[in-house]
Amino acid sequence: MKPAPFAYKKARAIEEAVALLGEQDARLLAGGQSLIATLNMRLSAPSLLIDINGIGGLDGIALKGGMVEIGALVRHAQAERSDAIAKSAPLLARALPHIGHPAIRNRGTLGGSIAFADPAAELPACLLALDGEVEATGPKGKRTIKAEDFFKGLFETALAPQEILTAIRLPAAGKDTRVGFAELARRHGDYAIVGLAASAEADGKGLKDVRLAYFGVGATAVRTKKEESALAKGDIDGAVVALDLDPPDDVQASGAVKKHLAGVLLRRVAKQLMEPA
Amino acid sequence: MTDTALDISLTINGERVSERVDARTTLVDFLRDGLSLTGSHVGCEHGVCGVCTVRVNGDIVRGCLMLAVQCDGATVETIEGLSDTGEIADLQAAFEQRNALQCGYCTPGILVAAQDLLKRAKENERVPSRNEIREHLSGNYCRCTGYQAIVDAVEAVAQARAGETK
Amino acid sequence: MKITDDSPSVLTALDRPNSYIGRSVPRPNLKRLTQGRGQYVSDITLPRMAHVAYVRSPHAHAKIKSIKKAEAEKAPGVIAVVTGAELAKVMTPWVGVLTHLKGLKSAPQHAIAVDRACWQGEAVCAVVARTRAQAEDACELIEIAYEELPAVTDPETALDAKTPVIQPSLGDNLCFERKLDAGKVDEAFAASDAVVETTFVFGRHTGVTTEPRAVVADWNEGEQRMTVYHGTQAPHMMQDLFAKHLNLRHDQVRVLTKDVGGSFGIKVHTYADEMATVALSKLIKRPVKFVADRIESFVTDIHARDHRVRAKIGVKKDGTITAFEIDDLTGIGPYSVYPRTSGIEANQVVNLTGGPYTCPNYRAQARVVFTNKNVMCQYRAVGHPIAVAVTEGLVELAAAKIGMDPLELRRRNLFADDAYPAQSAAGLKFEKLSHHESLAHLDAMMNYAGLRAEQKRLRAQGIYRGIGFASFIEVTNPSAAFYGVGGARITSQDGATLKLDAQGNISVHSGVTEQGQGAEAVMAQVAASAFGVPIERVRVVTGDTDNTPYGGGTWASRAAGIGGEAAWQAGKALRDNVLAVAGAMLQAKPETLDIRNGTVVDVASGAERLPLEELARVAYFRPDTLPSGVQAELMATRHYVPRAWPFAFTNGIQASYLEVDIDTGFVKLLKHWCVEDCGTIINPQLVDEQIRGGIVQGIGAALFEQCLYDERGQMLNGNMADYLVPMAAEMPDIECGHVVSPTADSELGAKGAGEAGTAGAPACVMNAINDALRPLGAEPLTDMPFTPGKILRALGKV
Repeated sequence: MKPAPFAYKKARAIEEAVALLGEQDARLLAGGQSLIATLNMRLSAPSLLIDINGIGGLDGIALKGGMVEIGALVRHAQAERSDAIAKSAPLLARALPHIGHPAIRNRGTLGGSIAFADPAAELPACLLALDGEVEATGPKGKRTIKAEDFFKGLFETALAPQEILTAIRLPAAGKDTRVGFAELARRHGDYAIVGLAASAEADGKGLKDVRLAYFGVGATAVRTKKEESALAKGDIDGAVVALDLDPPDDVQASGAVKKHLAGVLLRRVAKQLMEPA
Repeated sequence: MTDTALDISLTINGERVSERVDARTTLVDFLRDGLSLTGSHVGCEHGVCGVCTVRVNGDIVRGCLMLAVQCDGATVETIEGLSDTGEIADLQAAFEQRNALQCGYCTPGILVAAQDLLKRAKENERVPSRNEIREHLSGNYCRCTGYQAIVDAVEAVAQARAGETK
Repeated sequence: MKITDDSPSVLTALDRPNSYIGRSVPRPNLKRLTQGRGQYVSDITLPRMAHVAYVRSPHAHAKIKSIKKAEAEKAPGVIAVVTGAELAKVMTPWVGVLTHLKGLKSAPQHAIAVDRACWQGEAVCAVVARTRAQAEDACELIEIAYEELPAVTDPETALDAKTPVIQPSLGDNLCFERKLDAGKVDEAFAASDAVVETTFVFGRHTGVTTEPRAVVADWNEGEQRMTVYHGTQAPHMMQDLFAKHLNLRHDQVRVLTKDVGGSFGIKVHTYADEMATVALSKLIKRPVKFVADRIESFVTDIHARDHRVRAKIGVKKDGTITAFEIDDLTGIGPYSVYPRTSGIEANQVVNLTGGPYTCPNYRAQARVVFTNKNVMCQYRAVGHPIAVAVTEGLVELAAAKIGMDPLELRRRNLFADDAYPAQSAAGLKFEKLSHHESLAHLDAMMNYAGLRAEQKRLRAQGIYRGIGFASFIEVTNPSAAFYGVGGARITSQDGATLKLDAQGNISVHSGVTEQGQGAEAVMAQVAASAFGVPIERVRVVTGDTDNTPYGGGTWASRAAGIGGEAAWQAGKALRDNVLAVAGAMLQAKPETLDIRNGTVVDVASGAERLPLEELARVAYFRPDTLPSGVQAELMATRHYVPRAWPFAFTNGIQASYLEVDIDTGFVKLLKHWCVEDCGTIINPQLVDEQIRGGIVQGIGAALFEQCLYDERGQMLNGNMADYLVPMAAEMPDIECGHVVSPTADSELGAKGAGEAGTAGAPACVMNAINDALRPLGAEPLTDMPFTPGKILRALGKV
């Protein structure tokens, strides 16, 4: 399958990309690992592709004021090999090897993954579980969008039509940070049938600030707040029983199967949360 | 000004190439149709099967999920280049000896991906386990071999290369 | 794990025995493939070559009311836009029937649908353009008015009175029906101590060859000749069909096949879009290339294995199987595929069920019904995966029911190794099989007792591992009984021509073809051994109807057994011809001479007398020095067809060891074994690799693969992300063992081995899963693929 014809422009600065987004039916090209597949299958036929890979300053990983700031163009592979991510964003470090395969991770970007918001993807769930935030740059400048406000619907985010996701910010892990990650996929690297990204803070022998974000269970990654409080109380069985998910069926699994698997993942991740990150 | 066809200059297997390409032409189609480098193959055009795997600026990528125009100024290496420089001679010999290829269609992609694993492992002074080899190649579809001979071949080469540092 | 030198010994110039038979020689054609210098059809470009893209029906069943193509014809790069009606003037339709499948019926099928589209994905219009991208752009400009018709999508109700008949000229939706009744089945069931009855369901599959189907057709108007570069398994068959449907003579058609990126039976069939591509080339008098992309492959490559089998087994307390009974229903597409027909798979299911066992009581019924889904036809191991899963599934359920070890129950029922010649209840004739020796070999190889002990120990810890087996027989080396007797122009014979060149090297021209299984290597090994040269001096030519003897190609595991025998005989014949000349040159009787290592030698002493290079030099350039009356004939052609046995049956047994995660329903494959008896083994490494590849394909069937359709006949998962093929991380290591029972129907004694892995793997993985879950009281799983959801439901967790 060959894409429908489109024009191509390599943007030199973010302002240029923002302006071009407003001019015509355009899509942003970052990693391209999702976009080019949809173009090849003619599921999408924009008239213009705006390549933002050449815009400087968007591929850094830095610690700033207790936050890890990750530029939108940081590649998954780059993040996988980053000591800063391993140390300060251990949840991401656990999630990244599950994203596709090495050739995909060499091109795919963290910003692209978050902005694309595939409901079966790992990183949106990690962002939710860490209560992170997204920096968006538009015609009126930059703004910050909190994770819980970012994912609106199926492949739909709070980004305005002319906004570009330029950075992701996560609270840097501390000595009491606990993380857990598990996903179930039929084959290594496949989209998960269901997955769970979780974070918490150690609180004596227990946990506080538990955040659970499931993916593969609906139109977006979701926090399951009832389970979070049950887990914080140490009540794993209660958390599983209270599992507030009603996933729809898809080609890989029925909603009932996904819900059951979500419960299994909860037990496994709960164990991980009891160990230091 | 935006164009549907652009001029690009890049290095392919050490050779400087300048061509005009349609914006919509993928890297692998440019290599195969534009430059007759048919060693890289097309299998799915949605990034899943891995037979289009090539190296861009030293990293393995899916040739079907990059546009040729994105490679302006880049260094691209295909199976022909990796083969002619001798970089993967030991891998090729191991594959031939162990019949780690049957129809050969997935083989260039697998060789490029395997070489990536072995290079990184050597840099980290490690010999990858069979499970690690299987995981690294988990994005390369082979319908003929059932994978075992491929894993055997890559493992043997990994051990041989590690032996050389001693 | 440190690998020492466990790779097969490579022959060097010094270390070379006389024969390559039984040696694991690396394949000579591998270097070009590892260098990326293969020549696949999808690589070929010709001067003025155009590309075709097909507009495909989005509906499972619809009348084509009108096609507006004016806009498309004006689009950039477009050369022609051709409808089914227009192409029908160039190419005649075909009907996929065989007379020996009594009652098999099917309607004529055109290269491009004419009035009606009968499955989602059927081509309804062709766009020929300078590039594939331009052709696809123009496809979007074609306006087609469809009138949707009701789609028949449920095989269970396809024959109901109120279900629409897809092909009115046929009267109903029944393609083929077969019944068999052997022995006294009802009495046998009545006399049983235990009866197990269940229903097996097999998901529709497709081959997913890494290189999609590809064809480049080149009609040369000046030569009045059609050259087709085709990724086909059977070039001569396609030559015949292209000629027939374009009203050309055979000699006006040349089919060329070099490298093929995987086939497995997918590429042995006649595809409407490939036929259309050839017709288009004749129409526009230019080369036309068609490469199916992956999305269209999923809805047009033949599907297979869509069967529902109600099955029953009776058994006595002492383990004697008393009877088998099956009722098989399969829903194919709207046409029986041409020319091999879509009745063969069900026919094989009837033939092969119960095959390894002596039980004489067997009743079977099979019905093949038309539906408005993609067409179905032969795919690796045709029918065997179903027959073996049904048989072996029943056997292990019966063993469980009477509390007998599953291997022991098999021992009590498999044909004895000295029982031959023998015949199965279905009438299959066996020359010599080795079920018991194979079983004993497997038992030892896998340390069965040790695994059972480990299984027991782990169960106590809440870890559920399973061991499952599958005994099987396998059809190889088919005679004309398979297709020829039914009127198909599919040849079961094959030929090889050996030529000595002016430097004393040989070429082997063979009618079998290579798709990666190593047919070229096998021909080289056989020819080198028969003739007497090192393998480096042998070049193999296949896949060219102009330059090989008329042959059948590669399918039904025939290349080594049939193609190899022809090469063997031709090798001996050429040797005789060469020794006749050598005798004249050396003043010696030819019977005192031999050719070894490329030199004419004295048989008795082994002394070297005359290098082949010298013989060739004299024969070609100095025939004036030969005695008068001596004419060197440095070419020999021999043909071979099996005559004593309709099929050379092979046998084998496989085992799967796996672990089921009872929380998630995920299956982890720990190890797999296969003992295979394929007669004389020409290249052990190639046989083992065929088995491994075949097993993994069978694992795909058991755990991962299914073409999912909705009730409207829309395929739901036609892409590589949603149709799951086995990938490296989930596959086990596979250990192979062998027993050798050569066939006496040829000198080489080689049978086939290409499909055995696929035949047995789904059955033993199924049996292993059920073995793992049995202590938990789970209802046995018999509905493939065994997804986590199905396993969780069987465990009552969902």
